[in-house]
Amino acid sequence: MVQYVRAGFDVSFAALSDVTRRGVLERLGRGDASITDLAEKFRMTLTGMKKHVGVLEQAGLVSTDKVGRVRTCKLGPRRLEEEAAWIERYRQLWDARFDELDKVVEELKQKEKVDGRKKRK
Amino acid sequence: MDARRESEPTPMKTQTAAERKSERELVVTRTINGPARIVFEAWTRPELFKQWWVPKSMGMSMLSCEMDVRAGGRYRLVFSHPAAPQPMEFFGRYLEVTPHSRLVWTNEEGGDSGQVTTVTFEEKGGKTLLVMHDLYPSKEALDDAIASGSTAGGMGEQFEQLDELIVTLGASAGLG
Repeated sequence: MVQYVRAGFDVSFAALSDVTRRGVLERLGRGDASITDLAEKFRMTLTGMKKHVGVLEQAGLVSTDKVGRVRTCKLGPRRLEEEAAWIERYRQLWDARFDELDKVVEELKQKEKVDGRKKRK
Repeated sequence: MDARRESEPTPMKTQTAAERKSERELVVTRTINGPARIVFEAWTRPELFKQWWVPKSMGMSMLSCEMDVRAGGRYRLVFSHPAAPQPMEFFGRYLEVTPHSRLVWTNEEGGDSGQVTTVTFEEKGGKTLLVMHDLYPSKEALDDAIASGSTAGGMGEQFEQLDELIVTLGASAGLG
């Protein structure tokens, strides 16, 4: 699991390592915003916010679109891939867990059968 | 009535499905080869629960498991992982316990952002359909759980490795 994450998501995780950038993604999850909006919300300079958005954009977590003088940011394609990958890892965890549960249930069923036979005798 | 089929080995493996049902919900389903009565027992008796909740592939071990399975009762699970310096705790409260059909509990280790988990047990032809439903308090809470990997279990150590990785990347690529 860890290897998979390292190989596939290095850039994403580096992008996510910063608390402001995680905040930006959270904010964009609720709707698109301009760099100016984001800079105000996170109380930083336009230049500082541009740099953060640049890192997120490089990671495919955010995409931007410039119309006139306004650059609008929204969640990028990578974010969705990442979610799909996470859900698959989550599914695998539960699959492994339920395989073990199946074994426990099988043992209990066998035990009941044996106990049932004993009782009947 | 089905004695012959019952005594046959059961290589049948049903698929586990997982999906994000909505902005706030995750659902996992799986059919277990046994009656609901027995499956429910395996979820609610600590000595049985311990045998399956931590599959070997997770690389973790369960240090302790306390479960007071009744409405309002508390549970606390403690795990260790070779890469984690501290044991990891998961705890909460049972909101509803309906024998052989329904379990509802809170997940409080993450504070207010924790989900409420509902598991239903539906028996059909000697098998039990399990539906595990996680309801998060907000879209942001589920998004965060996904972004941090927290719900996948035992991902805490990944974050430490991640921190190391970021230091390395930062040094080589000027990121961060």
